[in-house]
Amino acid sequence: MTESTVAAAGAWEVPDRSVSPARRNLGRAVIAVPTIALVAVAGIQIAHTARASAPGFANWRPVAYVYVLWAICLGIGLVMTKGERGKRALFVLPALLFTLAMVVFPTAFGFVLAFSSWNLSSSVGRQFNGFANLRQLFHDTFFWQAMLNMVYYVLSVLVQYAIAFGLALLLNQEIHLRRFFRITFLLPFMLSPVAVSWMIGKSIMDARFGPAAQLLRTLGAQAPAFFDRAWPARLSIMAMDSWYSIPFMMILLLAGLQALPDEVLEASKVDGSSGWQTFWRIVFPIMLPVSITTIILRTIFELKLADVVINVTGGAPGGATDTVSSYIFRVYNDRSNVGYGTALAEFYLIVIVLFLALMLWLSSLWLRKVR
Amino acid sequence: MRMTSRQKGAIVGSVNAAAEAGDARAKARRRARRTAGRVLIYAALVIWAIIALFPIYWTVSTSFKTAIDVTQDHIVPWLQFHPDWRGWRSIGLSPDTIGQPNSSRSEFVKRFTNSLTSAVGASLIAVILGSLAAYGLARFEYKWAIWRNRDISFFFLSQLILPPVALAMPLLVLYKELALLDTHVGLILVYVLMVLPIVIWIMRDQFISIPAELEQAAMVDGASIWGAFFRIVLPLSAPGFVSSFILAVILCWNEYFFASLLTSSAAKTLPVLVASQTGSQGINWWAMAAVSTAAIAPLVVIGILLERYIVRGLATGAVK
Repeated sequence: MTESTVAAAGAWEVPDRSVSPARRNLGRAVIAVPTIALVAVAGIQIAHTARASAPGFANWRPVAYVYVLWAICLGIGLVMTKGERGKRALFVLPALLFTLAMVVFPTAFGFVLAFSSWNLSSSVGRQFNGFANLRQLFHDTFFWQAMLNMVYYVLSVLVQYAIAFGLALLLNQEIHLRRFFRITFLLPFMLSPVAVSWMIGKSIMDARFGPAAQLLRTLGAQAPAFFDRAWPARLSIMAMDSWYSIPFMMILLLAGLQALPDEVLEASKVDGSSGWQTFWRIVFPIMLPVSITTIILRTIFELKLADVVINVTGGAPGGATDTVSSYIFRVYNDRSNVGYGTALAEFYLIVIVLFLALMLWLSSLWLRKVR
Repeated sequence: MRMTSRQKGAIVGSVNAAAEAGDARAKARRRARRTAGRVLIYAALVIWAIIALFPIYWTVSTSFKTAIDVTQDHIVPWLQFHPDWRGWRSIGLSPDTIGQPNSSRSEFVKRFTNSLTSAVGASLIAVILGSLAAYGLARFEYKWAIWRNRDISFFFLSQLILPPVALAMPLLVLYKELALLDTHVGLILVYVLMVLPIVIWIMRDQFISIPAELEQAAMVDGASIWGAFFRIVLPLSAPGFVSSFILAVILCWNEYFFASLLTSSAAKTLPVLVASQTGSQGINWWAMAAVSTAAIAPLVVIGILLERYIVRGLATGAVK
């Protein structure tokens, strides 16, 4: 993304039609009254939740409705007080208020949950337990195994990247049936990971009669099993994950290749003998920024990997294939300690935010040095 | 993107080298190497095409197999096994059962419509909210306290990082309080949140590519900001809308994590149905295959018909 284009488009003259003081005051009232109403309704409900005897609603839904009303009044009020600038704010405001409501409340609430013990199936309810969850986390071998697995899974992104780059180079050649191959290579991306888990993990990789096991048997393997031991299982999960995520990287890299300056392509065509050298000396360095974008985006998605593991191995053998998400999913499904599962999730969130920030910072440093 | 002088030198050097290679023998050798290269390229293409297509073929063909054919690794229909409607009969979609009332078919149809409702509903809302925000960010300069356009854009994009696990449990508890558990509305809201960053990313790029002069001209003629948006910008940005809508539908249709935690019966979607078949009393291979085939079929069709838009949407921001 470029900031310059935004700035150029944004330097757009504001037609300054001034707002009369009466209109501005009315606008302020339109914002203030619903704000008070929102605070009041939320307050009533909080009191009701804390002490059942206090008056209140059956559930929190009225508060959500008042929030929507408040958002609408805020929009009207902004147009009344700010005029043209208010109208412009209306473009971004709905998405912003929606995201804030859907992310801020759950995340804030999540951090409260993380410090409590809560068995959803018992009647005791939520109880504050301080740092007990955090202490348990540091002694949870399953969790740390899952964290270690995430390192392996993230490293597998580099292999995926190499294959995706190869495929993108292939598709970028002068070939017949290019459209057919492009659609074919893209198809795995469209498929649901759950269906993939079944198709590949449960059926093709079945140890007794899956075609993949048969293939290994004809190649001389004694008793091929994909999910019995730690590393074969992990590699099998990686293979499935790669199968449906390579197309995504391939498309980004292909777009990068197609945007290469013409003279580069000419040169690599004329200089057919040293195609390999052309690639390393010219194509690869020019593709570096696209490559880094691709790898970072893919890493972000890789860190959420869960569906395949949940549906194929459920973490077996002994947590060796667990991703953090799939492990927490099991803790959640247990429902006996919601607080602990949330503590794990919030801890993981902090770790990946730090990790991605570091990755972005290092890549920008490195790109600057290379240039 | 700028080339360094060394890279330019390399290009010029290689062009000269090729011009000098007038020797006939060298030419013949080059042609042979070229042919070998072509063969390698096509071999690699075909191998990867098989890797990409075989699992899909395997699923579709297994839905027409009987128990013996599944376990004996029969792959080619008619030669190795005789196609049978068994898998499709078990979900009530074979020719002989389709006319009669069938409980597993009605279950399947219910999950299918649930998936359709959540995916299309969420994508529509996300495209509306997201394109408005993207337009604002592409055209105007905002200054809200310390927040400028860059910060707002980054805020939206950073939602991509948020892992579903961090939201799932708090949302489960909040949804319980809001009476939104196991409802379409609840699921749609989560999905909108999930795809909104992608929609904003694609649409912002689309709007930046449309010259602002077009709207300025319309506004000189008396149109308002919103009038210019609806009459000039919307028609011109149709490709971006198609791309972002399709990508959103794909992501929502395939979503499993939230669906399995936040729905139980009324709003349960297709991926949850597929996953739940795996667990109990062994696997009904043919039935599984039939359900999976039906679950991936719509997306395969979309992929073949609208590949251009999907590629366009995915590639947004890759090249700058």
